[in-house]
Amino acid sequence: MNTATVDKETVERIARLARIHVAEDRQDSLSGELDKILTWVAQLSEVDTEGVEPLTSVVVRVQPQRADTVDDGGDARRVTANAPAATHDFYSVPKVVE
Amino acid sequence: MTQLTDLNMTQALEGLEKGDFTAVELTDAHLVAMEQQQGLNAFITPTPEKAREMAVASDSRRQTGTAGIMDGIPVAMKDLFCTKGVLTTAASHILDGFVPDYESAVSENLWTAGAVMLGKANLDEFAMGSANVTSYYGTVKNPWQRRGDDTPLVPGGSSGGSAAAVAARIAMAATGTDTGGSIRQPASFTGLVGLKPTYGRCSRWGIVAFASSLDQAGPMTRTVRDAAVMLEAMAGYDRRDSTSVDQAVPRYRDALSGDIRGLKIGIPREYRTDGVPAEILNLWDQGVAWLKDAGAQIVDISLPHTSYALPVYYIIAPAECSSNLARYDGVRYGLRVEGDSLDDMYEKTRGAGFGDEVQRRILMGTYVLSAGYYDAYYNKARRVRTLIAQDFHRAYADGVHAILAPTAPSAAFGIGEKSDDPLTMYLNDVFTVPASLAGLPGLSLPVGLCERGTPLGLQLIGRPFDEETLLRIAEVMERAADFTATPSGVSENGGLTNE
Repeated sequence: MNTATVDKETVERIARLARIHVAEDRQDSLSGELDKILTWVAQLSEVDTEGVEPLTSVVVRVQPQRADTVDDGGDARRVTANAPAATHDFYSVPKVVE
Repeated sequence: MTQLTDLNMTQALEGLEKGDFTAVELTDAHLVAMEQQQGLNAFITPTPEKAREMAVASDSRRQTGTAGIMDGIPVAMKDLFCTKGVLTTAASHILDGFVPDYESAVSENLWTAGAVMLGKANLDEFAMGSANVTSYYGTVKNPWQRRGDDTPLVPGGSSGGSAAAVAARIAMAATGTDTGGSIRQPASFTGLVGLKPTYGRCSRWGIVAFASSLDQAGPMTRTVRDAAVMLEAMAGYDRRDSTSVDQAVPRYRDALSGDIRGLKIGIPREYRTDGVPAEILNLWDQGVAWLKDAGAQIVDISLPHTSYALPVYYIIAPAECSSNLARYDGVRYGLRVEGDSLDDMYEKTRGAGFGDEVQRRILMGTYVLSAGYYDAYYNKARRVRTLIAQDFHRAYADGVHAILAPTAPSAAFGIGEKSDDPLTMYLNDVFTVPASLAGLPGLSLPVGLCERGTPLGLQLIGRPFDEETLLRIAEVMERAADFTATPSGVSENGGLTNE
């Protein structure tokens, strides 16, 4: 695993991907912290994983099946009850279309 | 007469059944303790009125002979479980004012068993932490103190409020959740029994998600028997959680036979690492001696990939958290910080709503899942996770029934210690993370005090869905350890002193 350095620009880029506003002065400290963590996890490259499948579930079971029918829902008022802004059972968001 | 808060759950259930006291009296005694111990900051939202209502209902059930297995027992509910009509925060600013319109499966099961809710317990924000110092609602204080030293100590985390409440005799038991050690490590720091069941044993439905392939709910109690009863109440199949396992829930307390003759207990040599204090290694040896005396067979085992468990965990857990926490966007619930555009609103809301540790993990997760790094980090970690799980399965295939190891590499540390560097904090989970990655049940029980007078625990790791054997061994060790110490603020008769 080659470790790319996490510089300030990388922090800015992933913060943007994660939709988190990170203040300019916090970007520096975060790049140091993330870099250190990534350098530490890079020790996994020592492990030979040739032919080893990635673990996807610790519970090896057949996925449960059920009929493909609606058996819940249809209650927009309850769903939107905790929204910071909702009107007529819809979520309200800032204007997205000019 | 002993104070009601001094009883354990099993004793309280006997007292209720005999009519020595009512559920209302029992609940009131705990509400008084809660009031007196506010300084611990164990609760985010106390619910005394709800507790009294539930206690009244419990008393009438007992009169009509319809009491459940935990009827009348006052419990603390970790504030990661959604509770209908009661503020649920996950200790995060971003869930400001969130009142679920539904009840989590595990809490619902507990209410069906008759338990009484005292309040919503404090935790690390979104259960991310090992010291309960990342909560938006403030640090939780451990009721234990070092001998002759009033440094406030952490209760461990993330289930720190749950642990503090049970250790301080505010609650008889509490729910916890464990992703990498969040039940077992705080249990060790506060002198409690903490049980993380097999992944799939308790439904995750209605628990605020952190890392879905690891999260599992479990009981935190003062005795092994109490943990057995509470797990029976919490566990069960739930079709709303696709990883819930449809397997009958045993009467766990029937497994407490006291007989562990012939059981094979594995001692993993890789857990004997540098930097583990001698007193912890000595207690571990003491645990081995107790098991031998009880007729168990001790075998040396190897779990060769142990040292890679923490780095695997700190790739997989952040990756899953970055995906799970994408839902907090200022649209559907909680906090919204207005912005110039939709994206600006998202960024400002999430920037203001998440604390430092949560942001760090989301960013870390976003990085390891991003194009170009997915294989190198995330898939690599998942491959090594397979090897870690295979280590355990090999030991079990060789006939090992359970594994004995320390729970944590230290006793409770001071609030503020280990906080400068995230990596130092992560090392707390070194002994608990491997079992989490393999989905195995793990139980921490108190076995003694460190030289500075605070509790230390040992951990038993079991075979998948064999919580019964785990509890059986733990109860034998509990008897041998005879751990009766109480925190300095709790007097010998269980009443809270005024010091």
